[in-house]
Amino acid sequence: MSAKRPRQRRRIPAALLVPAVAGLAFLVLPLVGLLARAPWTEIPSRLAEPDILAALRLSLATATAATALSLLFGVPIAWLLARGDFPGRGLLRALVTVPLVLPPVVGGVALLLVFGRNGIVGAWLYDRFDVTIPFTTTAVVLAMTFVSMPFLVVSVEGALRGADVRFEEAAATLGAGRWTVFTHVTLPMIAPGVLAGAVLCWARALGEFGATITFAGNFPGRTQTMPLAVYLALQSDLEAAIVLSLLLLAVSVAVLASLRDRWTAAAA
Amino acid sequence: MSGPRPAGPGPGAAAAGLDAHLVVDRGDFRLDLRLRAAPGETVALLGPNGAGKTTALRALAGLQVLTAGHIVLNGETLDRPGGRGAGRTRRVAPEHRRIGVVFQDYLLFPHLNAVDNVAFGPRRRGMGRAEARALAADWLDRVGLAEYGRRRPGQLSGGQAQRVALARALATDPALLLLDEPLAALDARTRLDTRVELHRRLAVHEGAAVLVTHDPVDALMLADRLVVVEEGRAVQEGDAEAVTARPRTDYIARLVGLNLYRGKASGTTVQLGPETALTTGEALEGEAFAAFAPSAVALFREEPDGSPRNTWRATVSGVHRHGDHLRVQLDGPLRTAADVTPAAAAHLGLEPGQTVWAAVKATEIRAYPA
Amino acid sequence: MRAKPTLAAAVLALASLTACGGTGAAGGDGTTLTVFAAASLTEAFTEIGDRFEAEHDGVRVEFNFAGSSDLAAQITEGAPADVFAAADAENMEKAVEAGAAADPRTFALNQLVIAVPEGNPDDVAALADLAGRTFAACAAEIPCGAAAQAAVDAAGLDLVPVTYEADVKATLQKLVLGEVDAALVYRTDAIAADTEVDAVEFPESAAAVNTYPIAALEDAPNAGLAADFTDFVLADDAQAVLETAGFQQP
Repeated sequence: MSAKRPRQRRRIPAALLVPAVAGLAFLVLPLVGLLARAPWTEIPSRLAEPDILAALRLSLATATAATALSLLFGVPIAWLLARGDFPGRGLLRALVTVPLVLPPVVGGVALLLVFGRNGIVGAWLYDRFDVTIPFTTTAVVLAMTFVSMPFLVVSVEGALRGADVRFEEAAATLGAGRWTVFTHVTLPMIAPGVLAGAVLCWARALGEFGATITFAGNFPGRTQTMPLAVYLALQSDLEAAIVLSLLLLAVSVAVLASLRDRWTAAAA
Repeated sequence: MSGPRPAGPGPGAAAAGLDAHLVVDRGDFRLDLRLRAAPGETVALLGPNGAGKTTALRALAGLQVLTAGHIVLNGETLDRPGGRGAGRTRRVAPEHRRIGVVFQDYLLFPHLNAVDNVAFGPRRRGMGRAEARALAADWLDRVGLAEYGRRRPGQLSGGQAQRVALARALATDPALLLLDEPLAALDARTRLDTRVELHRRLAVHEGAAVLVTHDPVDALMLADRLVVVEEGRAVQEGDAEAVTARPRTDYIARLVGLNLYRGKASGTTVQLGPETALTTGEALEGEAFAAFAPSAVALFREEPDGSPRNTWRATVSGVHRHGDHLRVQLDGPLRTAADVTPAAAAHLGLEPGQTVWAAVKATEIRAYPA
Repeated sequence: MRAKPTLAAAVLALASLTACGGTGAAGGDGTTLTVFAAASLTEAFTEIGDRFEAEHDGVRVEFNFAGSSDLAAQITEGAPADVFAAADAENMEKAVEAGAAADPRTFALNQLVIAVPEGNPDDVAALADLAGRTFAACAAEIPCGAAAQAAVDAAGLDLVPVTYEADVKATLQKLVLGEVDAALVYRTDAIAADTEVDAVEFPESAAAVNTYPIAALEDAPNAGLAADFTDFVLADDAQAVLETAGFQQP
């Protein structure tokens, strides 16, 4: 089955190579620009600033929480879209992707209109339980979840569509009920797709700015995530902003790389 | 042939084994098949692609909804749509049927190793993890794969995967075992060994078994009884001998390599058309089939002298190799296949378009009621 | 930060093009004067620009309204502009230090007010009334935030807003949406949103008066017109427009 063929070097067609290289340059050059402009000597002192560490910690924690929430709700949504057989499924799919298209700032306003003090749900929460969501860490997580969950849903739905339903039928003939089939067969088989979706979702949440600042405001340690800190730094000090961006970038790349190593190790 | 071969359970008896009437309407296709299998018996559904064999199997497993009919296994009704009176509507979900399935491409769970694949069924039916693993290991041992328990499906050969799939289906101790083209995905050599192994397992399997195949060799070797399915209906049923000796459709005749004609018998003559008749060895009256082997056909360049009674002029429409001889397709009053040795072919100088004389002895032609 | 056209400059220039919107494309055969002005000047300067055009035949005034710090960065990175009008002295100073501008003149003052919902339901009369209420302020990195901090310090109060917004419009928006009871914003912003909010003046705002400096740029393509425009902004006609918008005269 897994006989290794001698590796053959095949020429890559120029029609693919040229746009690929151009595209890569387009993606990588801005990063090069940041690196070239970075005041390297200032980095250690910047990292020692308590506000920056607080923002970084908050970013990592909230992006992870948003990813967890997206998994909790997004995987069932994806299942519904991929396997459900009901009228209006196409409309539902379009609705799920709305946050992808909506400018995040508008998403933030929309969240305020729902969960704000005068919002549809928020007013009830405020009157009933004296709970306000805007300007809290919860609001950060909600804003991130709102903009990043579609990435997870789209990715998982694709994986579900690609998965062979017959394995699920085989599991049923072996005595597995629907839920067991899902947890023991479907989910393990689409795990790579779920992971890819979760990574996308996490990355998007980590970079989230517009909806967060609109819905959660900006308060150091509570709602000021790295992108907010970067944006505010940009108001007064370009180089500080670059340092913070690079820090965010480095941490996210490190997290994703270690995750990937662990994942490929587990799969082997 | 293996296993006991009891007569089908009498009508009305709370029968052991399978009693099914499978009706599935799917647009322009309709499956309507009555099927019985006694405990220990293996029934083969034999038929061309698209005949509805797999649909029948899926209906038995509960993966395809019945339009009408019923499925009763060991006295328990598994499916009875739109039932009236005593047999009210009932449908048992696939996971609650005591049915094991070996799928065409096995469908071993790629994320589980062989032991966990086999243990999957027992686990779902409430067995503890350690116990299920021990049972699975035992089953793998029985199919000769004791050493392969920790391998993932991707690391198994086709034959090994087939045996794991069989072990997985049997590990739940099913009252009915379903096999969908169990050998089709294997290469010729592996197929031979695996078929022997599968035969052994079916022989000791105490439940009923239904095997779907388009390969007559599998059907003949593995099954106690054959049901020939064409276009959603059973066209012939019986043991291997009866079906091969007396084919009732062109499909079966082709499978077993016979020339088959239908006509009206009167004594030893079977009238096939206004101008065409065959003389047979057995006397018969009424609608009848006449069948003879291609090897029974003799070919001549000139009209033979002292000819047998069945002699006709034919045109060669094709010649191709068939084992160690040549099979000649003949057009004419009868479309016939004839087998000749390469030497005879060379002597006759056979080529498409050529006219020859064909002759078959009356004693070589079997006639039986249609 | 020497002005060398780098990638960052290109990015900023691109941003400025976006900010200009559609108006930048129309060329006309006359002269075009490019004015980089703080976002808080949008309404007033648009009006002033119209009046300037009316007095100068064949001259078109194009504005790039953005945050003062963005504009300062664009100018020091070499963006082509004739006039820079900033919302605070600090950002003008950056341009001066970079050698891009000289001799800035203050043309307007802006003071903080406490913006409250229309009708002032909580009867906020002074800064101290904000204690125990949720209110929004600008982040310290931007002028209105620095001003708010200075005012609160001057009052000797320990007031902490629930959020430090990234710009003054966002601060005001939180009030309009009812998420906060009050917002510390510029008088001009409160006036611009006058149908929905009331502005409460408070004495401590004097401790943080914001000055708006304007300067013709050293590399101005139209140096003469640039000088004309700065004079025009300081003259009575334009000053009246600014006052209507809520600015005070220097």
